[in-house]
Amino acid sequence: MKTRRIALTVNGETVEREVPVRQNLVDFLRHDLGFTGSHVGCEQGACGACTVVLDDQTVRGCLVLAVQADGATVETIEGVQLDDLRAAFHRLNALQCGFCTPGMLLSARELLRDNPNPSRQQIRDYLSGNFCRCTGYQAIVDAVETVALERLP
Amino acid sequence: MSIGAGVPRDRAKRLLGGRGRFVDDISMPRLLHLAFVRSPYAHARIEAIDCLAARALKGVVAVLTAAEISDAVASWRAEHKLFPTMAAPEQFALATDVVRWQGEAVAAVVAESRAVAEDGAELVAVAWAELPAVVDAKDALAPDAPRLHDHMDGNLAYTAEIAAGDTKAAFERAGHVAEEHFRFHRHTGVSLEPRGIIAEFEPSEDRLTVHQSHQTPHQQQDLYARLLGLPEHKVRVICPDVGGAFGLKHHLMADELVACVAAKLLARPIKYIADRLESFLADVHCRDHEVTARMAFSASGDILAIEVDDLFNAGAYGQYPRTSIAEGNQISRLTGAPYGHEHYRANLTMAFLNKSILGHIRSVGHPIACAVAERLIDLGAAKLGLDPIELRRRNYLHGDDFPRTSVGGIEFEYLSLRDCLDKALAMFDVPRFREKQAALRAKGVYQGLGIATFVELTAIGPEYYGEGGQHISAQETCQIRLEASGLVRCYTGATDQGQGIDTGVQQVVAATLGVPLEAVEVVSGDSALCPVGGGSWGSRGAALAGEAALRAAATLRRNVLSIAASLLQKDPADLDIRAGWVMEAATTHMSVAEIARIGHFQPYSIPDGIAADLTVVERYASKDRLFLAGNGIQLATIEVDVDSGIVTPLRHLVVHDCGRILNPMLVREQIRGGVVQGIGSALYEELRYDNGGHLLTGSFADYLVPMAGEMPDIDVAHIETPTATSQLGVKGAGEAGTAGAVGAILNAVNDAIAPLDATIAEVPVTPPRLLKALGRI
Ligand code: FES
Ligand code: FES
Repeated sequence: MKTRRIALTVNGETVEREVPVRQNLVDFLRHDLGFTGSHVGCEQGACGACTVVLDDQTVRGCLVLAVQADGATVETIEGVQLDDLRAAFHRLNALQCGFCTPGMLLSARELLRDNPNPSRQQIRDYLSGNFCRCTGYQAIVDAVETVALERLP
Repeated sequence: MSIGAGVPRDRAKRLLGGRGRFVDDISMPRLLHLAFVRSPYAHARIEAIDCLAARALKGVVAVLTAAEISDAVASWRAEHKLFPTMAAPEQFALATDVVRWQGEAVAAVVAESRAVAEDGAELVAVAWAELPAVVDAKDALAPDAPRLHDHMDGNLAYTAEIAAGDTKAAFERAGHVAEEHFRFHRHTGVSLEPRGIIAEFEPSEDRLTVHQSHQTPHQQQDLYARLLGLPEHKVRVICPDVGGAFGLKHHLMADELVACVAAKLLARPIKYIADRLESFLADVHCRDHEVTARMAFSASGDILAIEVDDLFNAGAYGQYPRTSIAEGNQISRLTGAPYGHEHYRANLTMAFLNKSILGHIRSVGHPIACAVAERLIDLGAAKLGLDPIELRRRNYLHGDDFPRTSVGGIEFEYLSLRDCLDKALAMFDVPRFREKQAALRAKGVYQGLGIATFVELTAIGPEYYGEGGQHISAQETCQIRLEASGLVRCYTGATDQGQGIDTGVQQVVAATLGVPLEAVEVVSGDSALCPVGGGSWGSRGAALAGEAALRAAATLRRNVLSIAASLLQKDPADLDIRAGWVMEAATTHMSVAEIARIGHFQPYSIPDGIAADLTVVERYASKDRLFLAGNGIQLATIEVDVDSGIVTPLRHLVVHDCGRILNPMLVREQIRGGVVQGIGSALYEELRYDNGGHLLTGSFADYLVPMAGEMPDIDVAHIETPTATSQLGVKGAGEAGTAGAVGAILNAVNDAIAPLDATIAEVPVTPPRLLKALGRI
């Protein structure tokens, strides 16, 4: 099995590891580094459960190889400050099983960074890369909308 | 009072931090990984399996086939004594000589990593002799159809009829008859977290410990003990965080059993996590029914009779241990259940065919029973020239009709059908929609309104599986422990997959005992720690585990008060517990913590003869009734693009009666999630196969699920009619959303296309089907 040495920053810590070249980023984060907050729901780029932040952009952790993250800065759900979003998700029950939640939170964070005052439909559209089987989405949209309004000056 | 409050869930905080503990998050020393060799054919004979190359691969520890494991694990048959004539062919953990669906596992590769296990699986060479496959129930029952199971005469798994009154005579005297032929295609549960298991075996103790993404730890404990020949008290099944289940995870799955077998044979922990393709191929599936039904009306619009013929299939075997009969059985009992007709006949016929096994997925049978009857009512209304809403109201069971055993054989204590309808109409202005609809039609925009009334069967009683011979508890036991600090631990047999039953139980215990919510911790999902119970399925948690918790908390409260009364030299009847304090009217005497301290460390201060147990156990089963029936109504509006065939949901509302509500926020969110699953099966979700039984929709690119962008906001309101069968008064709420959504959407689509003289009775209503119905393709 071919391996390669990579060095990257994950949640503020520098890590260096020898990884199989075929290993994807989310498996590396989960199984090699123990950041199990990013989940795996399809390994096909469709469900968004594996969403992580790579150099300030959300990516599908299952579609990026670990070796592609060499030299990059990676953030996972364990490493981001999202107190207001988390509180709103909790208060409004915007999660049930919680398997989609890390990906949802990271997508919502990116949306609010790029568009601080989104309409409900814009929220829905932005989160349409993140499958949630439990909630029916409305409470998630409510939570993101609530935080957007709270954050407005 | 914590009952009735929309309190958020404690567990959610951990999940929000990315600190959940799902099965695949768990690791342990010397863990091995499992990958399966699965059949590429729907039906084939296994001529030979060559494992040499796989075994030689670096990192592969073992390759197991039926031959290697047959001494270590028993086979099973999905039998049910209430359906004694149902065929129950023998099934094995790994296929022996014949595979009967694409995706059936024939070999398991155990390796140091999942990737290497998959490499190994690719090196296993199977010599197949393909056999003709049957993929449709009608074809399966044809006299010359290829047989799945050699010992059977054909592929008929079961057939039965239930009847009340005289439908033949009723149809003869009917003023109008509405009739339709429906097709409800196959789909599945699609939990975002796939199925997964870690099995560990300690040979010196014969001890199997399993972490599994599952709904029913005690059922699994019993099954693994019996199938592996282990003493039951040496088997422990722990369900950690579970990433969605929806019925998908309350069966025995052959591949998961193989993980246990491998752990036993190799004495090393084994992890198996299904990937998405395996999930689509080999999870239990649901629906796949062809229903012909008709409804007879009097000239003035009374429903006289209903006849239903349901043809469906079990897949290749019956699902173990619950069997595959329930979906047809529910349809045959539930169709038209909200209405007052006296003549009823339902026939169900179940075939075996070459697809994955049909199991119990959320709202078993309900969406079909509801859609069939509600569509017939709309068709009948058109024939009668009556308003479909008024036609429903006129025929609803109401008032003095209750209590009643339905023509389908289900006990109804009370159904609040008219109240639900009135509330729905107060929330949605139908006349205004009709005006707008007419104006839009003039512009070539086709919107539609659909209504569906549903009855929801929840909290199954113990007789169904008890008499059936399954080791499945429908009883719930609750153990409550007042710890020495005065804080409370509560052990329940229900399990939490995100629906929030832990929080519901916590609310019941806190309110009944008289302590703050934070003083109560609920422990669930562990077969060794928790009292034997059924887990969570069929909307049973709040009604059954909630009632058991109420009883246990009431007993503990009595004991705490007896101790307090003895210490204070008071009459217990004059004392109360509020917010963790023993009170006498407005006087605060002592804290529950103080009583706990004395009860545990100074028991000599309490005279003998006082009930001073601080660990108490109570139980509850909803005896002598098959289900606790709830009810509700859904109203959907949609827009059809007649050029593309795309249906866009616009608004959706649900009025629901699940008795007393423990936590309105959690109930509302259950319903919304259920509605979206229902919309998924109405518009998108379908496991399509080619004529050879090969799955065509094995990824999210082909099997479409509802995403946020296309889903509507969903209004939810309640009528609360507590059941008098328990002290708590709760009925279940988990089926409602899915139960009514398909019928509401199907009626809405038909309402939209009615002016184009088109109808459709096949779900999912995909663009090609709709364009065909419209005559555009
Ligand atoms: S696991 Fe990466 S998108 Fe689903
Ligand atoms: S909360 Fe379960 S998948 Fe979203």
